[in-house]
Amino acid sequence: MINIFNYIERNSPIHKLTGATKLIVMLLWSLGAMVTYDTRILAIMPIISFFLFAISKIRLKDVSFMIGFTLIFMLLNNILIFLFSPTHGVSIYGSSHEVFSILGPYVITWEQLFYHLNLVLKYLSTIPIVLLFICTTHPSEFAASLNKIGVPYSIAYAVSLSLRYIPDIQREYHDIAQAQQARGLEMSKKAPFFKRLKNGAAILMPLIMLSIDKIEVISNAMELRSFGQNKKRTWYTEGRFTKWDIVAITLGLALVVASFVMNYVNGGRFWNPFIR
Amino acid sequence: MKSNSVKTIVAIGIGAALFFVLGRFVAIPSPVPNTNISVQYGLLGFMAISFGPIVGALIGFIGHALIDLSFGWGIWWSWVIASAVFGFMVGCFKPLFKINEGEFGTKGIGRFNIIQVSGHAVSWVIVAPLLDMLMYQEPVSKVFLQGLSGGLANAITTAIVGTLVCIGYAAAKPKKGSLKQE
Amino acid sequence: MSQGILQFVNFSFKYNAQAEPTLKNINLNINKGEKILIAGPSGSGKSTLSNCVNGLIPFSYKGESKGQILLDGKPTDKLSIFEISKYVGTVLQDTDSQFIGLTVAEDIAFSLENQCVEEPELHNRVKEVAELVNIGTHLKSAPSELSGGQKQRVTLGGVLVDNVDILLFDEPLANLDPETGKKAIELIDKIHKKLGLTIIIIEHRLEDVLWRSVDRIVLMNDGEIIRDEEPDKLLAKNILSERGIREPLYITALKYAGVDLNEVRDVASVENIQLSEDAKAKVRTWFNLDVKKDKPVYEETLLEAVDLDFTYESSRREDVGHHALDKINLKVKKGELLAIVGKNGAGKSTFSKVVCGFENHQRGQIFFKGEDISSLSIKERAESIGYIMQNPNQMISQTMIFDEVALGLRNLKLSEEEIKERVNETLKICGLWAFRSWPISALSFGQKKRVTIASILVMEPELIILDEPTAGQDYKHYTDIMNFLKGLIKKDITIVIITHDMHLMLEYADRAVVFADSKVIADDKPSKILTDEDIIKKASLKETSLYDLSLKCGIQEGSAFVDHFIDYERRILEND
Repeated sequence: MINIFNYIERNSPIHKLTGATKLIVMLLWSLGAMVTYDTRILAIMPIISFFLFAISKIRLKDVSFMIGFTLIFMLLNNILIFLFSPTHGVSIYGSSHEVFSILGPYVITWEQLFYHLNLVLKYLSTIPIVLLFICTTHPSEFAASLNKIGVPYSIAYAVSLSLRYIPDIQREYHDIAQAQQARGLEMSKKAPFFKRLKNGAAILMPLIMLSIDKIEVISNAMELRSFGQNKKRTWYTEGRFTKWDIVAITLGLALVVASFVMNYVNGGRFWNPFIR
Repeated sequence: MKSNSVKTIVAIGIGAALFFVLGRFVAIPSPVPNTNISVQYGLLGFMAISFGPIVGALIGFIGHALIDLSFGWGIWWSWVIASAVFGFMVGCFKPLFKINEGEFGTKGIGRFNIIQVSGHAVSWVIVAPLLDMLMYQEPVSKVFLQGLSGGLANAITTAIVGTLVCIGYAAAKPKKGSLKQE
Repeated sequence: MSQGILQFVNFSFKYNAQAEPTLKNINLNINKGEKILIAGPSGSGKSTLSNCVNGLIPFSYKGESKGQILLDGKPTDKLSIFEISKYVGTVLQDTDSQFIGLTVAEDIAFSLENQCVEEPELHNRVKEVAELVNIGTHLKSAPSELSGGQKQRVTLGGVLVDNVDILLFDEPLANLDPETGKKAIELIDKIHKKLGLTIIIIEHRLEDVLWRSVDRIVLMNDGEIIRDEEPDKLLAKNILSERGIREPLYITALKYAGVDLNEVRDVASVENIQLSEDAKAKVRTWFNLDVKKDKPVYEETLLEAVDLDFTYESSRREDVGHHALDKINLKVKKGELLAIVGKNGAGKSTFSKVVCGFENHQRGQIFFKGEDISSLSIKERAESIGYIMQNPNQMISQTMIFDEVALGLRNLKLSEEEIKERVNETLKICGLWAFRSWPISALSFGQKKRVTIASILVMEPELIILDEPTAGQDYKHYTDIMNFLKGLIKKDITIVIITHDMHLMLEYADRAVVFADSKVIADDKPSKILTDEDIIKKASLKETSLYDLSLKCGIQEGSAFVDHFIDYERRILEND
């Protein structure tokens, strides 16, 4: 199976945590990183997450492809924000210390630079932990984990089903697209834009019809094997809770609490070093 | 649980898998250099009017979240939620259509497009930017322009790909009537 | 007769969407521990019958029923689908859709999870069942890492885990290569004997199922049971071929030779059949009849692959790094029908993809009419080589027949007038003219297949490659499709068929190329290949029962005996 979610099998303490624990920590962590712009907290989070990465035995080269994507996304977003709102930092921090001026409204201020620093730190706080979750949690554990944290099992199973059928649909799409190309359907730049979209629909048509048929057969197969019989279900891949799970969840909770506390202390989401 | 609901769950799972594959691997070059347009919202529009709001919302949510996860940049919640809102809104109008009985004529096309354009407008010009501002404190002008251009591209693909798929699907449904060999 | 575990009493069923009942007045009694084969042509109602047994009717498919079905003495209309599934385990034809877990273990565990079975019983039971169906070493594998046969064993495990009483197999052989099919039948037999379950197999490939004995064959036609007999008795009659079911080839040969099968014991097994000296002599006399036809000789080479080498590189596929073609040398002659055979994953499909330009080979050359086409694009190659996918639904993107066939021409930007002319011409050739204004959705599977062939023929290729054109088709539809393809040959089109169907290769192919482990290991007349034990073994093919029969009758020239059978049969068909 092509490993789209980049699970990497290693023998590490992080791998041994249950999927549910890792999901909870990832969600708490993301929440914590989202609510605050306190630079001190945002600076600590990447440090902890790099430390966790080291424990997990996931190496940089294992995730270089995904990090590449992310860096480009981060850079683009920063450039866009600067282009659209070069004084966003000034309005947030309520003061303006000019570094130098480029052209017209494009003046670089310490406030704007500091805002961008916060933005970058925010990425560095959230992304490693998501990567860590993906790399250390087998897709098989996703559904069980979602159910464990309170998502109804039917919806959790829908997630499992999509993970199951993504490779099949991908292969089917590939085969169909090739056969249609042989009949002259182009989706590349050789065809005019609207023609491309129309051809896209022609390639999609068989894929969707086959998938609709599949829905019928799969739901029959599931009912023939008692899916939906009870209000609960057990999960083969549900791991066993250990004291390390409790430690991990406590860490996640501590971060969220710290974020909220700092927001309260700062009297807002931003920590403002420009007021003395 | 009634048998119908198992089918709903499978529709969500398969729909999200299709959304993922189209969003992640199918790229049609757009007129703007080096950018691609993806066709997954055409699929989502179709799935929503044939299966309803819950299926629509969850396909958007799960499919989009999986795409984000597979790229590794974390889940961009504001946009994931916007996808779910689009699927939900279009799905709410399912009773106006009889696509599962094989009907999708001019009136259907018109309605579908009014609904999908409004759906995209709400999702990308209202929901996504507001959430971006709320969650990520990004500047107003940036998030709105981003939403507007994204929404426009999605509305165009839904108008073409979504409409064609709906027409094709309706036509493939067996209809009562006499078929004569000529 | 004792009260069976499954009884149909005056049972009829009509789908809501249909005017006529699909099952008419069915009476059937199946005893505990019996092994039953239900056979019948497409549309005879055998799938509907199986859906009535496992509860999908009436829980998923709505309709009106009359009469009763008793499961262990209880009327099924008083049971829920969950209660029925405790008795009946169903292995569906489409294993990819039944295999819903992300790994083997999860799929086997699925039913137990739904019944809230807790640890450690859950893991223990999965392990036990996985051992039973010989998949214990693959517990962590994803479905895409498994072969068709392995996936089928997992789905079998997924129903056995429930301690069911009845196992129901819906066309278990449809998607398997011959050797894997044989193994599947052996596994079913092993489980039948070991667990004492009641087994119901629905299948029209009679000869393959009879590789292990069954107790009874139930023959269905047009919604009714027309025969319910022991295999020995049923095979001795001519009723099977009259109803469009292919009887085992050795049976047909014995009938051609004039042997009275009512006098013969153990007819149903070519291994155990008790032929008298008189019967053997009759077969030998028949073999000496002169029916030889002059076989056309094909001289001109149309397509030639020279040292073709290909390894999957594209990251989109799960088989990255797989060395799929290893120095392939192969010629296709103009005007012939060539079969490419071999087990799944041996390189057959990859070969056709490389020829069509879907994948680019790394070394070697491909010549078409003497010109190297390696640098041509998919579209350019498609002008002379057409490729037809296994499932017509994978190719059809338009709603009307005319538009579907015209699609390729429209992309060439021809005038509407010329398009109309060429499409109409093609529709006539394909026997679709009468349906030209129909929506494709109104067509049968076989007619859809013709539409996809028409949509390729209209581009006027000189060679068409078909992937499993007859998969899942009953004998009548199979014959229709193959006769249609034979007709195309007369119109100067060369045909390459990728197939698992040994009958097809014997009866229709002029020549067969055998792939095994990415290499071509044989290139010969089909009758030679299917009587060569070494090649059969290497390529997971299945020897023809005609060969076994020839040995039994003391005929040394096995391959000549097979040729004789084919020639004789062609003569009969031509005289019809």
